[in-house]
Amino acid sequence: MEETNQSNNSLNDIKDIRRIMDRSSRFISLSGLSGVAAGICALIGAFIAYKLLDNYYGTFNSRGFFSGDDFSRLKIKFALLAAIVFGIAFTSSFYLTWRKAKKQGLPIWDRTSKRLAWNMIVPLAAGGIFILGMLRYDAWIFVSPACLIFYGLALVNASKYTLNDIRYLGYCEIVLGLINIYFPGYGLWFWACGFGVLHIIYGIVMWQKYERNTA
Amino acid sequence: MKNPITGLNKVFESRIRLGVMSILMVNEEINFNDLKQLLEVTDGNLATHLVNLEENNYIKVYKGFIGKKTNTTYVITKAGEKAFTEHITALENMIKGVK
Repeated sequence: MEETNQSNNSLNDIKDIRRIMDRSSRFISLSGLSGVAAGICALIGAFIAYKLLDNYYGTFNSRGFFSGDDFSRLKIKFALLAAIVFGIAFTSSFYLTWRKAKKQGLPIWDRTSKRLAWNMIVPLAAGGIFILGMLRYDAWIFVSPACLIFYGLALVNASKYTLNDIRYLGYCEIVLGLINIYFPGYGLWFWACGFGVLHIIYGIVMWQKYERNTA
Repeated sequence: MKNPITGLNKVFESRIRLGVMSILMVNEEINFNDLKQLLEVTDGNLATHLVNLEENNYIKVYKGFIGKKTNTTYVITKAGEKAFTEHITALENMIKGVK
């Protein structure tokens, strides 16, 4: 009898140790729903971009030539669209993760989330600046592959500081980006697939795995 | 220091000391406030346990400053790592032994 008690104590001790090791070294409040929200934003954004392009090429077909004005207007619209999509996706993802952290009674801005944020930002900022640099040389066809590859690398890097599963999302994004290089006309489709579809799939899988039972 | 029957370490009988060691195993260093937040304990309570661990040479204390505020950080020692690993092994053996 006493031995069983002792053993239960040991089991509890080990569970405690595991929990505290995880909590102190990884940010575990990342919500799967964040992924779904970001994915939906990306799909809507890609759809609007598709319409904008359609419009642009429609004008070209009816008039028979590109005007520089049209093109620079398209560029501004795209930049604006990208900023809005990113803003909404980030805000909604942040809100859902904040909600999960609150439910778990964990702080959202502690050393683990700071470390996660920093390790995401470094590859993402490098990617962002690189893409802006490419645009100076009108290398439009590489925008989508570069987005996917840098984002994938950021995720693989970040997986050390949060749920390990996002590593696989990272691998998928990188592979998709690399394939995209060989299909230059389909950037928007690859982009929508990587940032939209993959995020949604990943989000649902994560939600099933970690949150469904506690929700 | 060791319990002769099970190999469990008396020092780690306290949940807080066990918690501190668990955190230090996976973090290169950690400061007092983060420890306090993670373990949800009071200043005085945590400080006593940290002194105990330091006296056993399981952790090392570094006193520093961030601006004018003191910033005390803690690092696990080789002896601490060894003691902790042995303690875990003993815990595991105990679970296996009964099942």
